[in-house]
Amino acid sequence: MRISLGPNLYFWPREQVEAFYARVASMPVDVVYLGETVCSKRRPYGLEEWLDIARALRAAGKEVVLSTLTLIEARSELGVVKRLCQNGEFMVEANDFGAVRLLAERRVPFATGPNINIYNPQALRRLVSLGLRRWVVPVEISRDALRRLLQEAGAQGLLDGVETEVYSYGRLPLAYSARCFTARAHNLPKDNCQLKCRDYPEGLAVRTQEGSDFLTANGIQTQSGLVQNLLPHWRDMQELGVSLMRISPRPQHTDAVVRRLRALLDGAEPNAEFDEPTCDGFWRGAPGMSRLAIGA
Amino acid sequence: MELVCPAGGLPALKAAVDNGADAVYIGFGDDTNARHFAGLNFNSARAAEAIAYAHGRGSKVFVAINTYPQTDGWQRWTRAVDTAAELGVDALIVADIGVLGYAAERHPTLPLHLSVQASATNPEALRFYKEQFGIRRAVLPRVLSLAQVRQLCDDAPVDLEVFGFGSLCVMVEGRCQLSSYVTGESPNTCGVCSPAKFVRWQETDGRLESRLNDVLIDRFGPGENAGYPTLCKGRFVVEGHTYHALEEPTSLNTLELLPQLQAMGVKAIKLEGRQRSPAYVARVTKVWRQAIDACKTDPARFQPRPEWHQALASVAEGTQTTLGAYHRPWQ
Repeated sequence: MRISLGPNLYFWPREQVEAFYARVASMPVDVVYLGETVCSKRRPYGLEEWLDIARALRAAGKEVVLSTLTLIEARSELGVVKRLCQNGEFMVEANDFGAVRLLAERRVPFATGPNINIYNPQALRRLVSLGLRRWVVPVEISRDALRRLLQEAGAQGLLDGVETEVYSYGRLPLAYSARCFTARAHNLPKDNCQLKCRDYPEGLAVRTQEGSDFLTANGIQTQSGLVQNLLPHWRDMQELGVSLMRISPRPQHTDAVVRRLRALLDGAEPNAEFDEPTCDGFWRGAPGMSRLAIGA
Repeated sequence: MELVCPAGGLPALKAAVDNGADAVYIGFGDDTNARHFAGLNFNSARAAEAIAYAHGRGSKVFVAINTYPQTDGWQRWTRAVDTAAELGVDALIVADIGVLGYAAERHPTLPLHLSVQASATNPEALRFYKEQFGIRRAVLPRVLSLAQVRQLCDDAPVDLEVFGFGSLCVMVEGRCQLSSYVTGESPNTCGVCSPAKFVRWQETDGRLESRLNDVLIDRFGPGENAGYPTLCKGRFVVEGHTYHALEEPTSLNTLELLPQLQAMGVKAIKLEGRQRSPAYVARVTKVWRQAIDACKTDPARFQPRPEWHQALASVAEGTQTTLGAYHRPWQ
């Protein structure tokens, strides 16, 4: 089992991004995904800046993958995705079928992110035939459904050289919209959003009228209110043939979570050291928000 | 422009055909389609009746098989594809690349339309589906602005169909797991969003509360119109303010954009609402038939008639309508 660090879903100032990835170089992660997957207005990071970070992380021994934008609407956005797919240096994680096509056309191996809908072996077969080498399982697929999918795909010989990755820690990316919910919270139109999401390094809490954590607004992306934590399920994943467990970056905790998972994989005993409520329902075939009952 | 209307049952299909639908889209009575509601949809005998009725009056029938099968259910989806093909439907509306592959290989002459649930929003994605499966048409998600639809019409390798009227999905269809986060069932996996069996209404201190799997979606004061607790349309608290944090309960209505959509080359207008009554289908079909005909005759002078707006507003969700994402400031 290897550990991956997913693309940062939030919008952080440049200095914070650079400081974060400087720390990542010394974290015990094997694979790092880089790039803006949520909103094309979130600059200052262009492809060149990402490539600089990518090369530094590669020099530190990490495998680096570049992740594409998830919702591609404007021609300009497609242009950015095209350039990323043509980088010629690092594998690309496609988060839209437009990117899949661009990568397949170039005949380069590629990965797919959690919003590429692969729910069955037939879908997997199609993408493997086009160059898929790693896929992140859509977050709502349960352990039992994944087991059946991998059994069937394995029986059809689809898994040779194909890795399965599970979104294992972080707020769940649940939905994308044309509308920016962070701008909306400030009564701003998206075209004049003033990059309000920069003020929320971990998203904007959306609570029910009873005050319970419900969702998190992160620009055009809607995340879960609770953090999903599948760390205690790592043995299940190993048994199923999952190759990578993905940790999604947070402004705090990332290092501790990575080290915790590394320790678990190295044989440490589970304990309940995280002090916030987390969920693991999707993995158990329950509503995604269902609370994690066991410690890790 | 073709008018594509919804039908959740034979009476609705007849209402659509009788009021001028060029095509009617239906689904089978299981989780193979994205309106998997109790008491709704067609078995193969009813579908055969529906197709005979529509074809006898010059209308087409499309069958939506637009959810994402998992490993264990796979045969249900292939059976649905085969059944639709044997019934002689005019097109399948499909989202999953596994199902698209099956349909393209087994029934190469049966036209495939890409469902909105596949959320193709750019020309490269459309090219992917055309090259891999030979799709002829794609239904666009309700997240694109009018300018973006125009660009896509210029660049798209296939015909495009857009939503004209009905419930407004504020999220990109097919990439939304909000419903399964709360209930375990989503449009992708089960063909449902915020399913009714998880809904609970409760009166507390003179206020009506709507809950979805116990999560408080909204509270209504006396006299407030209490809508169905679709979870993205509730009132939530953000930084101390309580409001429709994601979307108000409104309906999409693009009547006034018809001349522009026609000029761009949009091939078909889709009306949402397979879960709605035959009376709804009759009313919206009639209005849109008249509107499209008026627009074809004289696009330069096309003006939606007040009685059309009135008729549509009376059946709209939340009884308000919006241009949605087509109108940039909405975003």
